[in-house]
Amino acid sequence: MATFFGEVVTALSRAGVDEEEAEREETPEDLEIRRELEKKREVRVRWSPRPEPTPDAPLRCSRLVLSTGRNAVAFLSSFILDSVRWEVVGAVSLWNEWCRTLDATNVLPTDSFCLFYRLLSDPTVLLCQCNCCVAEDQQFQWLEKVFGYIQKKDLQVIILSTCPVTNYKTPESTLTLPSPFLKALKTKEFKDTICCPLLEQPNIVQDLPAAVLSYCQVWQIPAVLYQCYTDVIKLDTVTIETFKPVLSSKIMASLVKDVPESTEMLKKLLATNEIHNNIYT
Amino acid sequence: MPSVSVGNVGQLAIDLVISTLDMPKVGYFYTDCLVPMVGNNPYATAEENSTELSINAEVYSLPSKKLVVLQIRSPFIKNKYRSFSQTVLSWVKSSKCARVILLSSSHAYQRDDQQLHSTPLRYLLSPTIQKTVGDQMQELNWKEMEKVAVYPEINNAEKVLHIPGGGITKLLFTESCSKGIPMAVLLKFCSEGDNIPDALALVNYLNEWLQLIKNEQSSSTTTTASHWKIPSSWKLLFGSGLPPALF
Repeated sequence: MATFFGEVVTALSRAGVDEEEAEREETPEDLEIRRELEKKREVRVRWSPRPEPTPDAPLRCSRLVLSTGRNAVAFLSSFILDSVRWEVVGAVSLWNEWCRTLDATNVLPTDSFCLFYRLLSDPTVLLCQCNCCVAEDQQFQWLEKVFGYIQKKDLQVIILSTCPVTNYKTPESTLTLPSPFLKALKTKEFKDTICCPLLEQPNIVQDLPAAVLSYCQVWQIPAVLYQCYTDVIKLDTVTIETFKPVLSSKIMASLVKDVPESTEMLKKLLATNEIHNNIYT
Repeated sequence: MPSVSVGNVGQLAIDLVISTLDMPKVGYFYTDCLVPMVGNNPYATAEENSTELSINAEVYSLPSKKLVVLQIRSPFIKNKYRSFSQTVLSWVKSSKCARVILLSSSHAYQRDDQQLHSTPLRYLLSPTIQKTVGDQMQELNWKEMEKVAVYPEINNAEKVLHIPGGGITKLLFTESCSKGIPMAVLLKFCSEGDNIPDALALVNYLNEWLQLIKNEQSSSTTTTASHWKIPSSWKLLFGSGLPPALF
């Protein structure tokens, strides 16, 4: 294919698989490299409850609240999580080209981490803060290592996530949309009311939220995803507060902190983020 | 089923089949080989049926036409295409389908002089299915996909099957040949761009054989007016509306 400047370039194909690549037999060296890479990219979950949960003796779970991306994570940190009512029960460690998760449980909004918390007053309520990029080839592993170790009977899942508003398809221009705004997707089994409009065709969701929702749809687990479309890529109060309607939902209502505590936490998070986001540090 | 190939033509054609025949969803092809994605019902026609969640690989069925369709909506995860081929072929073999039809496409720019002048549609039959439908292909006057020389202009004797841009088409086809699976491949030469006309051409090609819908032949022209229903998910294929300030 020729470009406007007359250079000939290989057209990218949506086929994804180059025929030459498909035909080439893997040499033992290639196989070795691939195996090493796979080992490096393995997703590991360290659970702290003793005895450790296993697929045959999973962690009891009635509700799983999952946040992905820094704004959704900050929302849960401000409005739900605290160190008094919640304890850390699990940590995911993974590496990919975009991030390496921290081993610590005392984390900053700018760190890469994926931690599981459990509500002390009701240990069947789990919350997961996923502030790292889980790559395509790691998403299925994440699902296996998490859902494989939690009880799925009578489980309800809620996922909070953000997405750039430029990914939202609409007949009007995305520039005129009043962003940020919330859209939802739910599995067939989810019967509770949702607190915002459903995501219209032809819009789709990708990444970890899509992987979790697909899993829940296939295995008939009631689950809902609240996706916030925003035009701000960094930590931002307006984006975080767009998730507020979710607090009145059945799954979340009993978990909400006091308002002054939340406002204080939100201010602290944004301040910490500002310090650590300074380009000179 | 489609192959994820140039222009996504196979997948678009499958969308047309499911949408037009109003095929109900009967299951999920849950796999770790495809990039995860979800969205609401891509074939929604009204508010009531627009809220069912769809995932990246689903199975639809229409018993009245003895038709089962697998739709694939996302690309392969790196290094997972072989695993996917094995899984899908083993599923097909165990379900004892009478015929497996793979809808695909290939890069138009790789055609030779002969191919440039003829129809852009081709077929391939595995030995098992050749016995049962080979004659039908002759009657339909279809063109079989040509093999190409391994070293063109140097040695034209050794020829191989080459489907550039076809994704795993060749892999699935060669595996079907060796495993005795009755597979037919229907493909169209095309380029990336607005591939809706290519999808319509491919699905009409399929319809010539399977007669899934009635085609009305217009007596004055050679084109057939067909009634394929464009799914609601095909809107905004080229992005959102333009900002008025642009003008």
